[in-house]
Amino acid sequence: MRKNVYMPVFVLSMALLLAQMGRAADGGWMAKVPVRDRERANPYHGQAEAVAAGRRIFLDHCAQCHGDDAQGKGKKPSLRSSRVQEQATEGEIHWLLYNGNMGKGMPSWAKLPDQQLWQVITYVKSLHE
Amino acid sequence: MRRWSWLFVILPAIACSPATGQERPYFVTYSHEMEEPGNLEIESNNAVGQPPGGNVFLGSTLEFEYGVKGWWTSEFYLDGQGTQNESTIFTGFRWENRLRPLLREHVINPVLYIEYENTSADKSLREVVGHDGAADLITPNGEARAEVEREIELKLILGSNVHGWNISENFVGEKNLAGDPWEFGYAWAVSRPLALAASARPCSFCPEKFQAGFETYGGLGDTESFGLQSTSHYAGPTINWSAPGGVTLSFSPQFGLNDYSVPHLYRFGIAYEIDQFLSRWKRQPR
Repeated sequence: MRKNVYMPVFVLSMALLLAQMGRAADGGWMAKVPVRDRERANPYHGQAEAVAAGRRIFLDHCAQCHGDDAQGKGKKPSLRSSRVQEQATEGEIHWLLYNGNMGKGMPSWAKLPDQQLWQVITYVKSLHE
Repeated sequence: MRRWSWLFVILPAIACSPATGQERPYFVTYSHEMEEPGNLEIESNNAVGQPPGGNVFLGSTLEFEYGVKGWWTSEFYLDGQGTQNESTIFTGFRWENRLRPLLREHVINPVLYIEYENTSADKSLREVVGHDGAADLITPNGEARAEVEREIELKLILGSNVHGWNISENFVGEKNLAGDPWEFGYAWAVSRPLALAASARPCSFCPEKFQAGFETYGGLGDTESFGLQSTSHYAGPTINWSAPGGVTLSFSPQFGLNDYSVPHLYRFGIAYEIDQFLSRWKRQPR
């Protein structure tokens, strides 16, 4: 009798989990970013030195998955996409780097100091210009 | 043991694409930071010391740490030790898994740790629990290796990153499967990169390549005699350097805080991280 109760709950839970993961994969993470984080300003915005420093950090930590040219690798997304370059604010990208999207393979980079996160964001955003 | 020693040299050398880790300079304390998914880190950690009335020893671990998922890291250890005027022996293995239940970064981030170990005459001092002390390290290798310890170890790891500082606390519980009581221990560490922003120019010795901090750990007795009585404790500064080529070098002089501890421990380690280890094999052309 118990089995009959738990099985639909389990199936429903798994379906919800998979749906949530699918949502995250197509940029659903952006909807989770609190307004306060979304509106955070990049203290290095547009600075040439930060672009150079950010490129070094990118090559050290990010290129292994996203490619040296940030075009993406296999299932790992390109960072030159319109989602990253146009839709996402710098604050939203900072939130993603800080928290990660661990269910989808994106680790948290909170181990890097905030300054370095902003530097790498400056570099990534410079790829659009 | 000598047959194993080639592993220490060869394995790091065969990997061809290093990743640059941002490792914490801790030898005993775990931070809440997990291995990046798909990356393999090969690490050798060593402790040199001399217990009062005993011989100088070098306890070593060779560690293979793999990021299974963003929230799951698995690590396999091979342990060995050499003791002056005695012998150099393989002392066993450990297998640990770390799981991060909360998938976002919080003020305090918990990680659950479970380890199985099968060791004898171990002197790597990767954790100090119960009434572990300097006297345990005096037993001659020939005698000590006859006693094989099969143990389960649980840890609650708590970690925080605040303004560039990492603060990590570990609460340890260890149970010998032969039926001994639960033993307890703790570890606490703090560290920070020497610079928070990265330099624009390529460099090997920029301040951000170095992390410095402080680490302390010790035993808390067991279920029959919980507390600080007859327990050993250590503390010391620690530093690491992220060298070019994906290598991280670490060093820490540590000091025994009471008569029950080894007076001085010198710890050093070398780590090498290989990015996307399994994908590399899958990508091999046929």
